[in-house]
Amino acid sequence: MSIITITLAEALNRLRNQEVTSVALTEAVLDRITAVDPLIQAYLTLDREGALRQAEQADVARKKGAAGPLCGIPLAVKDNFCTRSLPTTCGSKMLENFVAPYDATVVTKLRQAGAVLLGKLTMDEFAMGSTNENSAFTIPHNPWNRDFITGGSSGGSAAAVAADECFAALGSDTGGSIRQPASLCGVVGMKPTYGRVSRYGLVAFASSLDQVGPLTKDVRDCAILMNVISGHDPLDSTSQNRSVPDYTEALQEGLHGVTIGIPQEYFKSGLLDPDVEKVVQEGIAQLKEAGAELVEVSLPHTDYCVAAFYLIAPAEASSNLARFDGVRYGYRDCDATSLLEMYSRSRSGGFGDEVKRRILIGTHALSAGYYDAYYRKASQVRTLIREDFMKAFTRCDLLVSPVSPTPAWKLGEKINDPLALYLSDILTISANLSGIPAMSVPCGFSRDGLPIGLQLQASHFNEPVLFKAAFNLEQRAGVTGKKPVIV
Amino acid sequence: MKITKEEVLHVAQLARLDLDIEEAERMTDQLGSILTYVAKLDELDTTQVAVATHTNGQNNVFREDEVHASLPRDQALANSAVQNGEAFVVPRIIG
Repeated sequence: MSIITITLAEALNRLRNQEVTSVALTEAVLDRITAVDPLIQAYLTLDREGALRQAEQADVARKKGAAGPLCGIPLAVKDNFCTRSLPTTCGSKMLENFVAPYDATVVTKLRQAGAVLLGKLTMDEFAMGSTNENSAFTIPHNPWNRDFITGGSSGGSAAAVAADECFAALGSDTGGSIRQPASLCGVVGMKPTYGRVSRYGLVAFASSLDQVGPLTKDVRDCAILMNVISGHDPLDSTSQNRSVPDYTEALQEGLHGVTIGIPQEYFKSGLLDPDVEKVVQEGIAQLKEAGAELVEVSLPHTDYCVAAFYLIAPAEASSNLARFDGVRYGYRDCDATSLLEMYSRSRSGGFGDEVKRRILIGTHALSAGYYDAYYRKASQVRTLIREDFMKAFTRCDLLVSPVSPTPAWKLGEKINDPLALYLSDILTISANLSGIPAMSVPCGFSRDGLPIGLQLQASHFNEPVLFKAAFNLEQRAGVTGKKPVIV
Repeated sequence: MKITKEEVLHVAQLARLDLDIEEAERMTDQLGSILTYVAKLDELDTTQVAVATHTNGQNNVFREDEVHASLPRDQALANSAVQNGEAFVVPRIIG
């Protein structure tokens, strides 16, 4: 097996046992990127020299006995994490030339853990999208079939991990943007509890929903990364000051004593593609085999999730994105002769279609005369949705469902129908509205050979039980180690 | 709920976005179908329901008002399209 296809955990073992150096590992990954990225197009910025320099430093640190928990591991991050040394474009013409003056807290944590930062990964503009086709720069291709979407908005992160162009990646998840591309590309993706991971230096989309998380080759790798990135940060007042368990300790065989709820609304006729339903039902049977008890539960407000989300998220986005005015950073139309003209021409020239659409929806939902009918109403429905989940969690430890109602679809297929795309987020957005942790675990394949993930959701800060169930599913699903053929 | 092109142009102006005619028409159609869809929230009676503010029980977070180092001026200005080494430069506001 080639060195690039091994897991992050295995790479750490080999580095510890001096079977490989970080420089050799990094060179192997850079060669892989050279070979496949022209076909996959996951990277927006690749820092070859910087990566090799960091790898040399990691090898020195390890020799000195000063190796951090990710010492020498080549990783990459979505292009909405601020990085001092590299551009942070957010997939937008607005930030095409932006180089942040500081690192995001999670980037600092990766660096302190000894990771090698390879570069920045493509995404839907400002993380708005479910296909990664809203990038102003490159649209990535699904490694399992390059005619198909990667999913989004962390499409570059999912594709890069699936194609072995890095050992793991970070993404951000506002309504499924880690879990859905992870599912569609056949990798593990976790959206932690709101407040578990610092968002300082993550370019804001919808602040009550955004959360940072890992995309990895397997469940153990995800736990290793969560150990590094979790925790309180005084620079993010929404991060919570509570201790971080060692998530790898949750990776235990057997699910005896664990109750898993099956939300009946998710399996009602017509919502799920037959292949998705079949694979997920097999996954549920495997969780039962591992010892879990299954119960049927109800989330009565499921039908209202998309509507609530697509008012709240655009409302928050319209406010967050007001900062892009052409003055302090970002694109400026320098031909404008007045201040107001400069604002509007810079914003109109810098933002793409989907971002404008969401700013318009959000501005409308917050505007005089509409606030009560839209934003306030949606925030009340959000309470009802959260209560559904809290009630379900009195009867079970976990909820199981698909991640996406369908496998990946063809590039271009739904590009002109924004509402149809919004509706495809139905299974993932409620975790963001409720603030709970959720995870996508590879579970099987469609008849066309496209990956299908299973989603697990738990109550606030119960990531360990997610890891435990995910680990047991992974042991049984038989998809670990299956790789797409790219070249 | 439908939205007219005039309303879309008004919202665009509030959001400081210029839309050309083609864009305004397309956005009117798309926003119309999205707003029609979200109107399904009206099916729910929420008169007794609290507005969600936080999802995990967090209250206000305070800290001591301590002085910390801030970004040096050259770094704060570095990403501006037009600056003069001391300040961001914008078109004249007062004639």
